[in-house]
Amino acid sequence: MSDIAISATNLTKKFGDFTAVDHVSFDVRKGEVFGLLGPNGAGKSTAIRMLSTLSAPSEGTATVAGFDIQKQDGKVREHIGLVSEKMIMYDELKARENLTLFGKLYDIPSDLLAKRIESLLKFVRMEQWADHRIDTFSTGMKQRINVIRALVNEPEILFLDEPTLGLDPQSTAEIRELVRKINAENKTTIILTTHMMTEADMLCDRIGIMDHGRIVALDTPENLKKSVTGTDSNLFEFEIPNLDSDTVSAVTALEAVGSVVRDDPTHIKVSATGADAFDVLVDTLRKKGAKIRTVRNLEPTLEDVFLKITGHEVRDAPARAPTSHNGGHGPWRPRNRVR
Amino acid sequence: MGIERVLRHSAWICWKDLLEFSRSKLRVAMLIIMPLFMMMMVGFIFPSGTTLHDQPIAVANLDSGATGSSYGSTFVASLEYINNQTHVMKLSDATDFDQIKTQIQDGTLVGGIIVSEDFTWNLTHGQQGVIQVVTDQSNPQISSMMQAVLTGIVDSMGSQLAAQNLNHTYNISLEQTTAMLQPYNIEKKGIVPGDPNYFEFVAPGIMAMVVMMSLMTGLPHAISYEKDIGTLDGMLAAPTSRWSIILGKVMAQTTRGLIQGFIILAMSVLLFGVVIYGSILLVILLILLTVFSFVGLGILITSFADKEETATMVMMTLMFPMMFLSGVFFPVQQMPGFMQTIADFLPLTYAANAMRKVMVLGAGPGPIMMDVVVLIVFGAVLLTVAVPMFKRAMNR
Repeated sequence: MSDIAISATNLTKKFGDFTAVDHVSFDVRKGEVFGLLGPNGAGKSTAIRMLSTLSAPSEGTATVAGFDIQKQDGKVREHIGLVSEKMIMYDELKARENLTLFGKLYDIPSDLLAKRIESLLKFVRMEQWADHRIDTFSTGMKQRINVIRALVNEPEILFLDEPTLGLDPQSTAEIRELVRKINAENKTTIILTTHMMTEADMLCDRIGIMDHGRIVALDTPENLKKSVTGTDSNLFEFEIPNLDSDTVSAVTALEAVGSVVRDDPTHIKVSATGADAFDVLVDTLRKKGAKIRTVRNLEPTLEDVFLKITGHEVRDAPARAPTSHNGGHGPWRPRNRVR
Repeated sequence: MGIERVLRHSAWICWKDLLEFSRSKLRVAMLIIMPLFMMMMVGFIFPSGTTLHDQPIAVANLDSGATGSSYGSTFVASLEYINNQTHVMKLSDATDFDQIKTQIQDGTLVGGIIVSEDFTWNLTHGQQGVIQVVTDQSNPQISSMMQAVLTGIVDSMGSQLAAQNLNHTYNISLEQTTAMLQPYNIEKKGIVPGDPNYFEFVAPGIMAMVVMMSLMTGLPHAISYEKDIGTLDGMLAAPTSRWSIILGKVMAQTTRGLIQGFIILAMSVLLFGVVIYGSILLVILLILLTVFSFVGLGILITSFADKEETATMVMMTLMFPMMFLSGVFFPVQQMPGFMQTIADFLPLTYAANAMRKVMVLGAGPGPIMMDVVVLIVFGAVLLTVAVPMFKRAMNR
């Protein structure tokens, strides 16, 4: 037995002229939490759809749990669980009924299924809600049931596509906690997509950064962050009430300065190299008449990693807007999770 | 993947669909009310000869008469006598054509009868007496019906007068005069007992149609809705055959269609006096066959439609011609030629036809063989086209 859970080779998906996923290759190790991080439209969901056999690749191939996603799709399906962008649950059915239906689609014998549903409900502290309809639940409760729905077949590999999208902060924390627990207690391999840097940083053992359908960087969060700072690079955030574009371009022009981001009218983030970088920056700002209110020396975040690698921010709209293809989701137009 | 497993999964999906459906009381109520409305509508909306009564008709007697006698007055008197027995008309007097015309325009009359000026003179001089029947052309159905009723009354009054004349003038017995004046007598004889009833015509077709509608609107809706809200992904990502998903949905929709079909059957028998001469088992088999012939079309539309709304719109566009052209409400034979040709290509035509033969005429499997074969061919051809399309659509 190899220790590889998923192996993708040149995985590609085209919708007409638009390439949603562009020759992506990566391996996911067993028991790992692997993150695909990128802005909306980067191709994360499409990649997940191909790996979970919902969408046929245009080129390339992948094995999931040791089975080919195209030739042995039935086998793949037996070994995976899927939490997609939209909730896979029937609102008018009760929690237990939903879990029973999906359990039965995996041919789990009734008595075993009943026991398993009971323990899964306990796992997410929802046992007293088992016989209530889904549409009476809060979004956080729904998502907890949705996650254990993907666990009824005790999958080796769990796909989580934006699992905290549209949840309030408390539910988001709950679901993140749940992801850790699933990974720790069941040794389940988890592959999750997110556009939230902090989420990827918190949960993932390794992260693949996706942009325009390609994986542009792949490493542990620590190594990714180190790659930004280098040895003597620092990131400073200045709050300057009278910040103007002239000042920004003066700072950008400095030799020691790597990149400059103006978050809002009064804040800039500057990455600068060299022992005297800070002095040079302050001198320049003062010379331009800038009134510095606060300065912070920032630890690099994944946001910075993304910025450095792709040259644009995560919030940026994709350069080639795939309007005719539902934002790169093919015929399945993404809909808000809350419905 | 074994057949048994496919069936087991589809049974679970069917269970899910029906359970979901039953969770809304309003939906369940509508399931029952829809066929009730349908039967009431078609049952009472179409006028028939027996429903006409007290229609306002004016009589203008312009006959100048002759000394001592006026055949015009005799005619009006007998008309009143006959009407007192049938109550088809509500008679009033008018002075001339213009008054009748004005009153028809007002809407206070639906027609008029004018006895011509020379009526008595003509009759006494060996010529035909002229009776004019005035009708309201803006209402063709009532107009033609009144025309038929009045012509019938005038005709029979004419024959009576003729018979009396022959009897008086030539001393021929009344039986013989009848044979002379009406040498042909029409006797109606159906192949099953009883008078034809519009419900008997329409009920079998409506049963077939309701099952078709339930499947055609239900299937694309059910699948594209689940695609829209994302739950379909859950089934597709499970080790479940695509067949189970289709079959489960078809089973759920068919169950709903059958419930409505049987409500229609029960209503026709209990409320509208329809007698079923054929075997109920054959009726059920025919309904299932109807389902088979339509499944492919439903799947095809599902595969093409990217969203639920599109599917519903395509459905509606196709369903209306099918409802009206396939002889469910109006006999195909009375349609213009090109429409009859269209009807030949609609599976519902054959389904309604076969259902009618079995239910009303008590036909066995033999006489409906042709319809059955056509339905099977329709179903098989549509499925052959639809299944690869569906598989491709699910894998985009």
